[in-house]
Amino acid sequence: MRLNDLSSHPSQWFGSGPSAEIVISSRVRLARNLAGFKFLSTCSNEDKLAISDLLREALLSIDVPQERSYYSVDTAAALDRDFMVERHLISRHLAHGSGPRGVVIAGQEAFTAMINEEDHLRLQVIKGGLQVQQCWHDISMIDDMLEEKVEYAFSPKYGYLTACPTNVGTGIRVSVMLHLPALKMTGQIEKFFNATRDMDLAVRGLFGEGTEAIGDFYQISNQVTLGLSEIAIVNDFTDTIVPKIVEYELAARNQLLAKEANVLNDKIYRALGILKSAYMISSQEALGLLSHLRMGVNMKRLEGVSIPKINELFLLTQPAHLQLNEGRALDATTRDELRAKILRQHLN
Amino acid sequence: MQCQACKQSAATIHLTEITEGQRSETHLCEACAQKQGISMQTQIPINELLSSLLAAQPQMPAETAPALPSTSCPGCGSTFEQFKKQSLLGCPEDYSVFEKQLEPVIKKSHAGHDTHCGKVPAKAPDEAKKSTELIRLKQELELAVKVEDYELAARIRDRIKQLQ
Repeated sequence: MRLNDLSSHPSQWFGSGPSAEIVISSRVRLARNLAGFKFLSTCSNEDKLAISDLLREALLSIDVPQERSYYSVDTAAALDRDFMVERHLISRHLAHGSGPRGVVIAGQEAFTAMINEEDHLRLQVIKGGLQVQQCWHDISMIDDMLEEKVEYAFSPKYGYLTACPTNVGTGIRVSVMLHLPALKMTGQIEKFFNATRDMDLAVRGLFGEGTEAIGDFYQISNQVTLGLSEIAIVNDFTDTIVPKIVEYELAARNQLLAKEANVLNDKIYRALGILKSAYMISSQEALGLLSHLRMGVNMKRLEGVSIPKINELFLLTQPAHLQLNEGRALDATTRDELRAKILRQHLN
Repeated sequence: MQCQACKQSAATIHLTEITEGQRSETHLCEACAQKQGISMQTQIPINELLSSLLAAQPQMPAETAPALPSTSCPGCGSTFEQFKKQSLLGCPEDYSVFEKQLEPVIKKSHAGHDTHCGKVPAKAPDEAKKSTELIRLKQELELAVKVEDYELAARIRDRIKQLQ
């Protein structure tokens, strides 16, 4: 698999699955470290190399049907690294880290394993829509297979030991990406923030820690990883947290339809107007407007544009995708021009 | 209290500003606060939270403090001071070397929990598996009693007895 082969289309998992109108994706991440090695902040480069070799070998040799590829992130071009961040294959932390590090990508991008990120190993399974339980099932199986090949740092009291104590115990981070334009438009998004805080959840933007919410996309994830079982955390998302937020968003959409249909129409059709006619557009503006379009199609206010098309545009208009598909690095102005051109071509 | 802006909804956001020694208060509903661009910082990044927790930790009394103020881990040479600065531990050993200092930090980060009750590696000693399972079962028992599912509670109780 070459990165260029991926850049012309969205990831397989993107845009389908249960409750996909509101739930973009479900992701489960496990943090693991190898016994017998220091954590990365005090590790020598030789140790990092040894860890990377050990884990790469283990990941490529476990008995799963999916085709797997390893990418060395420390030797990758800056553009390739940004591209992998845009596709949620690696984190910004791994992209901008130092020393020997890499990623194994498998299952048409549904499974990734980051080596030498904040912990020695960060496993991730991502699926479209609300599929947290399926993600947990897959990742736990992979984790079991790896455990036969390597020895994890584990203590009976604190569980899986991680570099930062905020991840210790299960090392699990469940994240669900939500599209909540109606809660935002009806001014109820603060309520959502308050509710998530009461439930010990973190809210982040599209690209994880330290990123702002763009285009009404919010990522919620658990903060407590110790003292609860993985199943309890996963079930909480599936049975309580996500259905409740989906219900709030649907209620807000109905409220808009009943009371402010023209405000809604105006937002959607202005977005379409700009996307169809602009000659220069930033990725941030494009994301915001595509978000309104997505809401318009899902609320049946807009015909002639499909959700798969909007999903495709979400990715194709990202800076690294634009440049990789063009085959060269582009400055910001040229990117804005090219982005507008692609949007005009696809939407007219 | 009514919102000062729309004079309709109940005010849930209360701002106190002190300018040149003059104190002024504003009471708004969520919608009006949002309109005026006032957004509450509801989400504290984990690292920031951790640093503030660490900074707020009381100095340990002399008798319980480690013999040397800057005890370092024999495994990686890290000190607790270093952890306070970067929020990252140096090696797995640090969890036992700095257990006393870490315990309050861990409890605060994990809603009061301080013991693992999830998955255990297949290779781990049976004793570890058993103790983790017991903790989990006790949690499940509490929950079953809370929702008044006594049949389930009885089954969990029997399993606990069996393990003990």
